Amino acid sequence: MSVILILIPLSLLVAGGFLGAFVWAVRRGQFEDTGTPPLRMLADDEGTPRPTPPTTRSSRSTHEH
Amino acid sequence: MFSGTTTLSEPLPVTDRAAAPARVACQHCGTPCPPPAPEGPAFCCAGCRMVFELLQDNGLGQFYALHQAPGRRVERHPEAGRFDYLDDPTVRDRLVDFTDGRTTRVTFHLPAIHCVACVWLLENLFRLHPGIGRTRVDFTRREAAVEFADDRLKLSEVAALLDSIGYPPDLRLAHLDGRGRRPVPRRLWLQVGVAGFVFGNTMLFSLPQYFGLDALDGPAFRRLFGAMSLLLSLPVLLYSAGDYWRSTWLSFRRRRMTMDVPIALGIAAIFLQSTWEVLSGTGEGYFDTLAGLLFFLLCGRVFQQRTYDRLAFDRDYRDFFPLAVQRVGPDGRAERVALAQLGVGDRLRLQHGDLVPADARLETGEAVMDYSFVTGEAEPVVPACGARLHAGGRQLGGLVEVTTLKPVSQGYLTSLWNQDAFRKQRDDTFNTLTNHYSRRFTWLVLGIALAAGAFWATSGQTGRALHSFTGVLIVACPCALALAAPFTLGAAQRLLARRGVFLRNGEVVESLARVDAVVFDKTGTLTAPHTAEVVFHGAPLDGAERAVVAAVAGASSHPLARGIAADLGENPPVAVDNFAERAGRGLAATVGCRRVVLGSAAWLREHGSSAGDETRAGAAAGLVHLALDGTWRGAFAVRAGLRPRTERLVEELPPGVTADLLSGDQPRERERFAALFGPAADLRFGCSPLEKLERIRGLQQGGRTVMMVGDGLNDAGALRQADVGVAVVEEVGAFSPASDVILDARQVPQTPALLRFARQAAGVVRAGFVVSALYNVIGLSFAVTGRLSPVVCAILMPVSSVTVVAFATGLTGWLARRSPLAPLPMTNADQSPPTDVSRP
Repeated sequence: MSVILILIPLSLLVAGGFLGAFVWAVRRGQFEDTGTPPLRMLADDEGTPRPTPPTTRSSRSTHEH
Repeated sequence: MFSGTTTLSEPLPVTDRAAAPARVACQHCGTPCPPPAPEGPAFCCAGCRMVFELLQDNGLGQFYALHQAPGRRVERHPEAGRFDYLDDPTVRDRLVDFTDGRTTRVTFHLPAIHCVACVWLLENLFRLHPGIGRTRVDFTRREAAVEFADDRLKLSEVAALLDSIGYPPDLRLAHLDGRGRRPVPRRLWLQVGVAGFVFGNTMLFSLPQYFGLDALDGPAFRRLFGAMSLLLSLPVLLYSAGDYWRSTWLSFRRRRMTMDVPIALGIAAIFLQSTWEVLSGTGEGYFDTLAGLLFFLLCGRVFQQRTYDRLAFDRDYRDFFPLAVQRVGPDGRAERVALAQLGVGDRLRLQHGDLVPADARLETGEAVMDYSFVTGEAEPVVPACGARLHAGGRQLGGLVEVTTLKPVSQGYLTSLWNQDAFRKQRDDTFNTLTNHYSRRFTWLVLGIALAAGAFWATSGQTGRALHSFTGVLIVACPCALALAAPFTLGAAQRLLARRGVFLRNGEVVESLARVDAVVFDKTGTLTAPHTAEVVFHGAPLDGAERAVVAAVAGASSHPLARGIAADLGENPPVAVDNFAERAGRGLAATVGCRRVVLGSAAWLREHGSSAGDETRAGAAAGLVHLALDGTWRGAFAVRAGLRPRTERLVEELPPGVTADLLSGDQPRERERFAALFGPAADLRFGCSPLEKLERIRGLQQGGRTVMMVGDGLNDAGALRQADVGVAVVEEVGAFSPASDVILDARQVPQTPALLRFARQAAGVVRAGFVVSALYNVIGLSFAVTGRLSPVVCAILMPVSSVTVVAFATGLTGWLARRSPLAPLPMTNADQSPPTDVSRP
């Protein structure tokens, strides 16, 4: 049964990974606008790259808005 | 209006409109237009062609593949320097979201966003200008956040770029100060996530004990699992439950009992009891119950807090006023300045459709002021030169110049916002049903817990006494009770939203259930703004005459002419020549060989026709005379039409609910509304916004719970003062004054059904309390004997929560389906055309 001692931290690690993903998604604001993404995906981008901001990539800050 | 303001996108002259035989749709905006000369895309105007070519040249042709005619007519001539005021540091700094000196991000409200192509085009804006970075569109709010490089573009140029492709930013005074309220705060989502994570894991740790696996492996694992559960529960206790601690602390400081107090007590009891069990090695506690409890409670909060962020419930005049106006300098040149910089004595230039931003004096030009939104007066007013114009009036005539007399914040209209009703913060979370019950509940639970503890203590069993005391607090922790209200009210809120009734929050349902006096505004609330009841006095018109008059009236944008044209119905199109219109006077035109003159008696005389029997026609407002070929032919009496089914509105109200009328309009229609409201009703006409507010306050002082139903800024005070303020909107998302409810105008006649449904929903909340009380009785019977085992708790808590939630949402849904308040036809609100905020 001592295999449990390995399995428990492992399972916590996996679950923690999902929690981390959720936290990341919330902080990126993915729960704030649920109306636009379903529309956005309807338009093909024909492989054109998303623009990089003109000078800096300062827009990634989580305290935006 | 055909008064000299020809713009790029003005509809084609009326003569062409009638003459063109075949119609095709404009490639850009879909407006019917004449077919193009060679084979190729057709355009209705030069503005549309320009945008089309601009997009094609920049590889944005896909715009036209994503949606049929996705564009919007370009509003007006790109007036140079139109947005220059945005570069003024005082305006700019208050408008942008973020800047680091090199990159700036600004969020513009773009009412023209309406389809998937708009989202795509705006998010590809960077292809139109190298200085533009990423753009994010929020479709539901019709907003676009644009990043741009400061060294390549100015803020005004970004606005002009958006304007040039048909997305003029809607810049309002209120945009100056930050917004960004989120529908559900991020913190709440994170709290739910943490609680859910811990719930799942502690449950796994508890299962071995529930199934008696102890016997197999001895107590070592039990201690390990207990310790791990304890560690995992710390974030739940400290982070997820944070709001309950804060709220309980506030309750103690204000000496008010709220629902959060027994919840916090329960959480504390569970945690302390469990910690003691784990540390003393006597058990492994109720940590799974603790996490589960918070998970369900927080889910209830998310469910209830999801508001309709497309709608703003807190708007005031600053959302109605533009951000900038045209000021005429000493040299006679007009420039746009921010409203905030406007002083007294400034000379302003107003075009057709512009608002008067501050009380002002008319200097030059023919003013036709539409005060319907401000005073409720349905008829536009034609002031003489030198007359005083009130802030909030809308110019319907051509170009006028005015001089401001007062600062923007102190006008006739804006002074309303200095009233007490607007100052005090409304505390509508306290007097709810839940809090009403929780006050008794908390004392009862504490009493039972102490009694049970005392009983076992006196019989000498100290351990059991402690266990029964905490056990009562744990079991009675009103999880189910606390869930009944949020889920019922949240469900009611959603069901109502589908029916065109948008509530500020769930508690409004409870306020609606208490309403016993309903006060209606007239103009725009009971009457529909774009309908007219037209009666023709005179010998009936024959078919040819109808066609001729309809063509002339249809060429004007004046509301009276529109009403007449609509009343004459579909007629074969005929060409209109020599069209002339004088704002506030009338129309004249030639159709074939017939001369048509429509308008006031004076206007007819001016055009060489007698005005007929003027005495019979009387001086009644809304009378439009008609002369054909120089002879008086009759007069149209036009009055605003009532909304459908309004005649049954008052009689259908629940018993004991009274209905009154408060109108800012003149009492010329008193008889009509007296018949509608019945003899007992109090009908008041000619009320100022302040008088409306006072009247509501008077009713409240008489012990009534008042619901005010209104639409205009003149109702803003009354809406705010009322226990439930209901703002009526023709288009959801259009400007409406601050209110508790935003009501789709089509549902105004269903107000009685709304009140009935709210009463039923409040009944469901009470029934939910009864169901959860039953569970509490079962749980307490275990707890008082001091024999509450974790497994009973672990079963009882989720089962009671789930049944209460299912009961509340199911019953509310069933009641909504039975209510005559039917869902609105599926026009898919998100796909509806954009709302023109400037035209409420």
